[in-house]
Amino acid sequence: MGKILINGNEAIAEGAIRAGCRFFAGYPITPQNEIPAYMAKRMPEIGGVFIQPESELAAISMVMGASASGFRAITTSSSPGVSLKQEGISYIAGAQLPAVIVNIMRAGPGLGNIWPAQSDYFQATKGGGHGDYRNIVLAPSTVQEAFDLTLLAFELADIYRNPVMILGDGMLGQMMEPITISDIKRKPDSKDMVPLDKPWALTGCRNRKLNLVASFRMREGEMEKRNLELQAHYKEIVRKEQRYEAFNEKEAEIIIVAYGTMGRIAKGAIKRLEADNKKVGLIRPIGLWPFCKDVFTKLFKDNATLKKILVVEMSYGQMLEDVELTVLGRYPVEFFGRSGGGVPTEEEIVKKVLELY
Amino acid sequence: MEKIYNLPESLIDVSTHYCPGCGHGIVHRIICEVIDELNIRQKIIGVAPIGCAVIAYKYWDFDCCEAAHGRALAVATGIKRVRPANIVFTYQGDGDLAAIGCAETIHAANRGENLTTIFINNAIYGMTGGQMAPTTLLTQKTATTPAGRDAKLEGYPLKISELLAQLEGVAYIERTSTDSPKAVLITKKAIKEAFQNQIDGKGFSMVEVLSPCPTYWGLKPVDAVKWMREVMIKEFPLGRIK
Repeated sequence: MGKILINGNEAIAEGAIRAGCRFFAGYPITPQNEIPAYMAKRMPEIGGVFIQPESELAAISMVMGASASGFRAITTSSSPGVSLKQEGISYIAGAQLPAVIVNIMRAGPGLGNIWPAQSDYFQATKGGGHGDYRNIVLAPSTVQEAFDLTLLAFELADIYRNPVMILGDGMLGQMMEPITISDIKRKPDSKDMVPLDKPWALTGCRNRKLNLVASFRMREGEMEKRNLELQAHYKEIVRKEQRYEAFNEKEAEIIIVAYGTMGRIAKGAIKRLEADNKKVGLIRPIGLWPFCKDVFTKLFKDNATLKKILVVEMSYGQMLEDVELTVLGRYPVEFFGRSGGGVPTEEEIVKKVLELY
Repeated sequence: MEKIYNLPESLIDVSTHYCPGCGHGIVHRIICEVIDELNIRQKIIGVAPIGCAVIAYKYWDFDCCEAAHGRALAVATGIKRVRPANIVFTYQGDGDLAAIGCAETIHAANRGENLTTIFINNAIYGMTGGQMAPTTLLTQKTATTPAGRDAKLEGYPLKISELLAQLEGVAYIERTSTDSPKAVLITKKAIKEAFQNQIDGKGFSMVEVLSPCPTYWGLKPVDAVKWMREVMIKEFPLGRIK
């Protein structure tokens, strides 16, 4: 298939369909409304399920039900709606179910506004709901990557039986770009399917013992045992699933760390600074959890010229804390961020870098 | 001699955690009898609530899923929409179905989801220690209405079955009781109809079962049944509502 022109929201929707997902439940909220609209049209065409539920609480619980039945399932929302979904995400993590949750972030706290922001990083990467659990979090910075990471999200969710969150923002959701569509080699889910790769799925106990999907562990020691299993599982994810893009990082004197839309804008700023003979590199985390600690460790060995690290976010410093925990005082970590609807510009980033130089 | 009263195949032969005189055990068994009689055990997917029946699945020998408090009908919707050939039911208490899950209940019913719901109304919260339920009677004392439920402060017992009966998506609603062997047989007949409706694709069916909670009503099991018969049934009249 050739290139198609599509916005970030629709790229995620089409990505889910290409990943074989046939279940969508989502409540309208700006700036991600293109996703439910796209799914409402596409899902019936391909024998899938589209539901507009009464709330985000119901949406994520419907995803839990579909996933418990062995289907790839997705729900999408934006910041205030994602806060409501935290209950269900915690249950999904506790029951070890795969699920894909999309947050096209807008400004907060509270109702905030509908403009882009990156202020849900803590919520996405540190748990969000109650209990000791982790979401795998992927942060696309282009429309192509929004599509590609959606395919990946479903794969990771199934491999690790864990919620995967795609963390974008209103700018990425609304932006149109040409992208190349690809399929994965997997038969799409269908209503008469018994998923052979998901022996735990609820399909009715025909010719087998009963299956149970539950997070509840009441007997003494049972929950601790379950939590230790989850922790071992998270360690494996940290080891295997760190993702990032780096450029100019080896000879740089200043490294900018930025993700998603801000990673993209930071790249533009770095190109301007290059023209001015300033040696500035970029680390763009693609996975936010697990955070790409290993690339920093490697960088500290390989780069003899590094002086400072600058974190740029559409927040007042959330990923900053993970960078600080990685750098551990070996280099000064500076910060530039705006949030509330304001998007740091290339000019502002250039100015900040020149101040640090 | 022929054995005429057996353990249902769908019921696991273990002691339950329920208090003496509680109605949950009776309704658990009835559900299993109905599932066996309809020969649908291999197709059944149950959704357990949060509340006293949180581990109902420990007593049922078929596939089950947990749901967050109040979300059973949303989880069941997700299951049934992708597995329409399976028979999916929720088992929920009054707090789960009529308080925190009120929105999920009304909207699943209004969408006419082809599901079966068994709603246990014992007019109180059991697992958390006897607090007021949406179905608690006026003047009934609970941990959070120590002076008795006062309509001015806490409103009135919520008649969720009558509310749901107004919705076009609802196929069948009946309120039954467990206060006598006869009432239990009527309950079983209603539960069977609610499952049969799903098999026939008729849409949302619910049976509200009035059930005693001697522990938090502060009554002996026999007196609890008497109170149910003499007081509770007057507030929640039995019979087919839709």
